[in-house]
Amino acid sequence: MSGLDLLLWAVLPYVALTMFVVGHVWRYRYDKFGWTTRSSQLYESRLLRIGSPLFHFGILVVLLGHIGGLVIPKSWTEAAGISEAAYHVTAVALGTVAGVCTLAGLAILVYRRRTVGPVFTATTRNDKLMYAVLTLTIVLGLAATVLANLAGDGYDYRTTISPWFRSVFALSPRPALMAGAPVLFKLHALSALALFAIWPFTRLVHMLTAPIGYLTRPYVVYRSRDVARTRPARRGWTA
Amino acid sequence: MRVMAQLAMVMNLDKCIGCHTCSVTCKQAWTNRAGTEYVWFNNVETRPGQGYPRTYQDQDRWKGGWELNRRGRLRLKAGGRLRKLLTIFANPLMPSIQDYYEPWTYEYDRLFSAPAGEDTPVARPKSLITGQDTRITWSANWDDNLAGAPELAPADPVLRKVSDQVKLEFERAFMFYLPRICEHCLNPSCVASCPSGAMYKRSEDGIVLVDQDRCRGWRMCVTGCPYKKVYFNHRTGKAEKCTFCYPRVEVGMPTVCSETCVGRLRYLGVLLYDADRVGEAAAVPDEKDLYEAQKSVLLDPRDPEVLAAARAAGIPEDWLEAAARSPIHQLIFEYGVALPLHPEYRTMPMVWYIPPLSPVVDVLADTGHDGEDAGNLFGAIDALRIPIGYLAELFTAGDPEPVRAVLRRLAAMRSYMRRLNLGQPADESIAAAVGLTGRQVEGMHRLLALAPYAERYVIPTAHPEQDGRPEELVTGCSLDYAGGPGMGGPFGEASGRPAPVAVETFHALKERQETGALVDPADRAERVNLLNWDGKGLPEGLFPKRKEDS
Repeated sequence: MSGLDLLLWAVLPYVALTMFVVGHVWRYRYDKFGWTTRSSQLYESRLLRIGSPLFHFGILVVLLGHIGGLVIPKSWTEAAGISEAAYHVTAVALGTVAGVCTLAGLAILVYRRRTVGPVFTATTRNDKLMYAVLTLTIVLGLAATVLANLAGDGYDYRTTISPWFRSVFALSPRPALMAGAPVLFKLHALSALALFAIWPFTRLVHMLTAPIGYLTRPYVVYRSRDVARTRPARRGWTA
Repeated sequence: MRVMAQLAMVMNLDKCIGCHTCSVTCKQAWTNRAGTEYVWFNNVETRPGQGYPRTYQDQDRWKGGWELNRRGRLRLKAGGRLRKLLTIFANPLMPSIQDYYEPWTYEYDRLFSAPAGEDTPVARPKSLITGQDTRITWSANWDDNLAGAPELAPADPVLRKVSDQVKLEFERAFMFYLPRICEHCLNPSCVASCPSGAMYKRSEDGIVLVDQDRCRGWRMCVTGCPYKKVYFNHRTGKAEKCTFCYPRVEVGMPTVCSETCVGRLRYLGVLLYDADRVGEAAAVPDEKDLYEAQKSVLLDPRDPEVLAAARAAGIPEDWLEAAARSPIHQLIFEYGVALPLHPEYRTMPMVWYIPPLSPVVDVLADTGHDGEDAGNLFGAIDALRIPIGYLAELFTAGDPEPVRAVLRRLAAMRSYMRRLNLGQPADESIAAAVGLTGRQVEGMHRLLALAPYAERYVIPTAHPEQDGRPEELVTGCSLDYAGGPGMGGPFGEASGRPAPVAVETFHALKERQETGALVDPADRAERVNLLNWDGKGLPEGLFPKRKEDS
């Protein structure tokens, strides 16, 4: 294990995570007004209606897949009676379908962003950077999965990458586990770290405020005049 | 009984001349910013016409408001919570910018910067959305005054509901204006549609607002509102809507649209309602019962039982007093001439309308009859199914009876007051024919025709001791809290109390509104020229004299 590995797999993850967490806190405190999806549906909805659900539902399945593969240890699924082969087939099939949907949706959305005048005008440099990193991450992830399965039986990341991923959160990183992973998986992890690092400063913040609470709250919200704005009352006369 | 207070508005359509002053002043005050170019919190539509955004009343298409499900319970017409979340990535019911209109400006600069040449330079229209040259094909008010009506009016969703014969006659005979703002509904479907919970109804005054810090731009409110009065700011990515000018009404000033209304047709006041009964009233099975159901939710501000419950609910005394003097309550109940707009959307709208009698009078006069004779007017109201059919689709879910009753009252007021104007004895029978007394008719005439400022706008001010402070009083520095860097201490510019911005202008405004003279000659000599004032001391005449001193 080289110094570079140490840097990439034991230092960088914490840098990215810190930026992710602190960045979100900072953004929430100082830029609540900017915390929005910045939807462009008002300008165009024909392409959006296909691309956006394709991308978003795709990426949600991908997210679930990552939780299943990275967070849940192999021993648990095996204890539950799921064999490595069964897991692998399901993961590859579901992951590929979801990945392709995500990528197709993203392609439609990027095409729309570039070709529909008002949408392109509303695209900031921040958006362009975010799109580049996001696309790179998705392409690398999909490529790693597909190529590994085309070349052989696929790569069992649950013995290397997953324990490394969990070790980062356990605050005792094991960079050696990652050092031996195929290069595509490494690149995918690195671009994902970059994505997490820039996440709080892009429009992606909308993900963290996904409106799940809507399912349970009462329909009509009543609120009193802004209490937060109250300041200590001053005397009504001058000295 | 859970008593809540609601600020409400009535517009007297008979007096609307379609001048759009309300729209323009509202736009200047609130939406003359990038991202809201296409947004009109207040707009004035010509009826029959498509409205703004185009055909917004066609709820089969836009699915705004509420409907009853098979078990007779209220649900959002656009679908339940789960459906809303599943369509959050691309809302299929969201109007596009073309349904409003593509805002534009003209290249005025060209007129000055074009090089000298043979041709006169022109200012081309440029789209404010794309920045490119554009062709102007639609606007918020394209069919103003029935412009293009033969082509455009048939698409009016209200007109499509009335019969063909009525339709034909209507197009030939009638036109009136419908100014619209947010309805600040008792049962707001936009609030219910907001996934983030950023929209809320203020518990003190019932104003429906969007919390700009909590809005995430999910766009469901735009769909939820059947009046399409929540707009998406395409620059900030947040929803915006009419605020009932809350910074103004909190300090007792009328909304901008009311204040600037040339015809003085808007009335502002407080209503008390029973919040516990709103859901039940909005869910009555027959749409035609909704008008009465909506009225039944409103409480009598003179009923001791209501007052006791209101006090228990913490409604301040001056609000109760304002409720008792509310012109809105009078127009809805005592005179019974104000109707809600589209009660069939089941949102319990709180901007009410007095339907126009003028089209009927005009037809009578055109046919050579005396348009102000009670007998003629009553006869014409009954014979002319057209305005009643159309107005009923707007105000009573299609039930002609309440509209007929209102028009008869307005007609009775005309002929009753004409006799008085001509020096003839009052004819109580005219008033009695519409279930009023002569005194009531005169009261209604005073409120509708003379419309003194203080009687049109009965607005209690906000109470800082309740919660928060009125917006206008806190326009100081945001760092200006105790111990904060903005606290200037006892010296310098930042010392003393923050200047209450609107209160200053409020008194000036009140003076201007209530005085007959163009300027107040009494204090001219004592005014201080602030340009010459060195900022020290308190020169004579810096403030107007107190009444008792002068």
